[in-house]
Order: sequence, then C-alpha cells, then structure tokens
Amino acid sequence: MATFKLEIVTVEKLSFSDNVNVLVAPGVNGQLGILPNHAPLMTILEPGELIIKKGSEETYWAITGGFLEVRPDKVIVLADACELATEIDISRAEEAKRRAEERLKQKSSGIDVTRAETALRRSLIRLKIAERHR
Amino acid sequence: MISPRVLRRRIKSIQSTAKITKAMEMIATAKMRRTQEQALAGRPYSEKINQVISDLSAASSVNGIIHPLLEKRAVKKVAVIHITTDRGLCGGLNANMNRMTSTFILKQGIPVTLITVGRNGRDFMTRCECNVRAEFTGISDKPVLFDTLPISQVIIDDYTAGVYDVVYIAYPRFVSTMIQRPTIQPLIPVKPTIFSPSQTLEYIYEPDAYYVLGQLLPRFVQMEVYHAILESIASEQSARMIAMRNATDNANDFVKNLTVTLNKARQEMITTELLDITAGAEAQVK
Repeated sequence: MATFKLEIVTVEKLSFSDNVNVLVAPGVNGQLGILPNHAPLMTILEPGELIIKKGSEETYWAITGGFLEVRPDKVIVLADACELATEIDISRAEEAKRRAEERLKQKSSGIDVTRAETALRRSLIRLKIAERHR
Repeated sequence: MISPRVLRRRIKSIQSTAKITKAMEMIATAKMRRTQEQALAGRPYSEKINQVISDLSAASSVNGIIHPLLEKRAVKKVAVIHITTDRGLCGGLNANMNRMTSTFILKQGIPVTLITVGRNGRDFMTRCECNVRAEFTGISDKPVLFDTLPISQVIIDDYTAGVYDVVYIAYPRFVSTMIQRPTIQPLIPVKPTIFSPSQTLEYIYEPDAYYVLGQLLPRFVQMEVYHAILESIASEQSARMIAMRNATDNANDFVKNLTVTLNKARQEMITTELLDITAGAEAQVK
C-alpha cells in the first residue's frame, strides 16, 4: 500500500514524523481525507480529531486547531496543540473545562469571554476523544 | 592592623556569598540549556509558517485586497514592544536594552507607544515618563505559546484599529553564552521573506487564499513574539550565569587575600607574645 510522509509540528516540538497510508483531519469545510499523491493543498484545521492510518494500525490525536499543508514530498500539520488520544490527561482536561465554565458564568466582557469559550471547546474535544479511545 | 577576629568574620561572610552566587550560576546554566532547546524546537514551525505566508501573500495581492497586517501605511505613530527581564542580577543586560530602546525612541521624532514585557523595562520606561500602553510581567522561565498570546493580541488589535502604523520588537538576541545583543526589528506590517519561484507551488486553498492568510498572519505575529521572549529568557539566563561566575571568582579572590592578611596578623600576634615571654624569662634569670 502506498504511503506518504506525515509530520505533525507544534510550537514546542516535532510531535510526529512517519510514513503513513491515510490521514483524516477536521478541515474548516468538513472532514478531509488525505491519501498519497494528493494535490498541493493548504487549509485551516478546526479543533477536532486527527486519524492516522498506518497498515492495519489506527492512531487518534486530539488537535486544538492549526494548519494543514499538503506538499508533493510530504504532508505537514502545523498544530496549535496536539496530543495522542491515549496520552490525554483526563483530570487536567476536566479541570480546564470546569475553569472555563466558571469564567463564562461570571460573564465578564469582550476578550475574556472568547478566550473562555475557546478554552471550553478545547477541553471538551480533549475529553470526548479521550473517552472514545480509552 | 585589623584584629584577626574581624578578619575571620569577614572571610566567613564572603564565603557564604560565594556559595550563593555559585548556586545561582548553576541554576542559570541549567535553565539556559532548557530555554535554548525550547527556542530551537520552535524553529521548524516558524520556518514553515514563514514560507507559507510568502507563498500566500504573492497569491492574495493579485486579488487586490491586502490583509491589514500586511498593509504598509504612512508612519505617524510607532509602537515598540520592549522586552526585558523581571529579575536583576544579570549583568548589563537590562541596562543595554533600556539604552537601546530609549535611543531608538529619541530618534523617531514622532509619538512612540510602548508595550513592556518584564518588570525592569517597565520601571525604567515609567520613570522616563514614556507612553506605556500595556505592561506584562511575571512570565515564567519556560513559557508556552499560550502565555504570550495576550501580548500579541494587544498589538494585533491596536494595529488593525490604526492606533499605530508600525510595530517594532526590541529584545536581547541570544548570540552565544558570552554575547547577548540588544536587537530592534520591525514586526508589523509583516514582511514575508521572498523565496525563489522554484520553491513556490500552486496550492489549492480551502476555503480560499485570503481566509487562510487571515488565519496565518496573526499566528505568525504570535510566533515572533513568543520567539523573542524565548530568546530574551535564554539571554537572561546566560547573562546571569556569566555575572554570577564573575561574582564567585571575585569572592574567592577576596577570601584568598583576606586569608593572607589574617595569617600575617596572627603571626605578628604570636611574635609579640613570644617576645613578651622571652623578655619576661630573661628578666627572671637576672
């Protein structure tokens, strides 16, 4: 089966680099499936789940948004933050969710609300993906 | 002649100072190494984003619409992000930063707004009665991107609203452990590095190039700010390491000199005592 090189890069580190068969990513216009020899593409990723298939093995990642670039030589995911589903710290995500909800209840104005909302969305996605693949 | 008791006390106090500076030196060394690694780890990300922006800005200027963060305006107001450290004891690092930025401000001749990061720069700039728009302190030694987002948010919002027409970022660039160079460079409007045409590709943009660029540019600014802060931390730690090493060496020299003085004083005392005893003994014989 044909493979392509996939790299997941975050600000902190290069989190993943391997040859894979299929990548499914949450694009702004819906789920995107990338197979080998895809045309060059550049898109924004929504918070959601990345699915990587290599042979018969599937791995799941929680991603909090970022960019996806498909190049002829490789595919690059520039992630804001990215975690392997099995490595998600559930208690930490729950804590973050609780904090965000509290902040939303206080209803301070402007930027704080948007920040709390994105934080809430991030923690919800983490929790959802962690639960599903426990 | 200083009495040996005073000398001994002095030596002890300097020795304990040397212990503290030695410990600070070792802490700074460890922290510096970690920050350097962190700064290097972010490099692939910023290289990628830079390349994509240069591809995109070429593509999107064709459409006739220029993104606000790329737009060059007549410069009437300037903003500077002034990055210094929270803590002192790091040699001339902060003094050099403050000197460079204030020289820069004086040269402008037009209103300059400041955004300060770090306690030292804030105190200096408030003392000079500069126009400080926002101040950030208490950034940890190992910041994540998220910690620095409020800083970039302020400047992106203000720039888009037209509060200032150009934004510079001033930070101590980490050249090597011995050298930290105060650097000031333009941040917004974003000036993409131009790559040779052979490197650029015909991309499909989803949903469209302008939207993607609009998402990427703020991220680019955030990355630059984050990176400058990392450099500043690496500089701080290495400057502190050198300063503390010098302090330890000085203290050890002091101890050595004082020990010599102490020994001399002690010998002199013994000599005088011996003289007294022999003089007394001779007097008894007679």
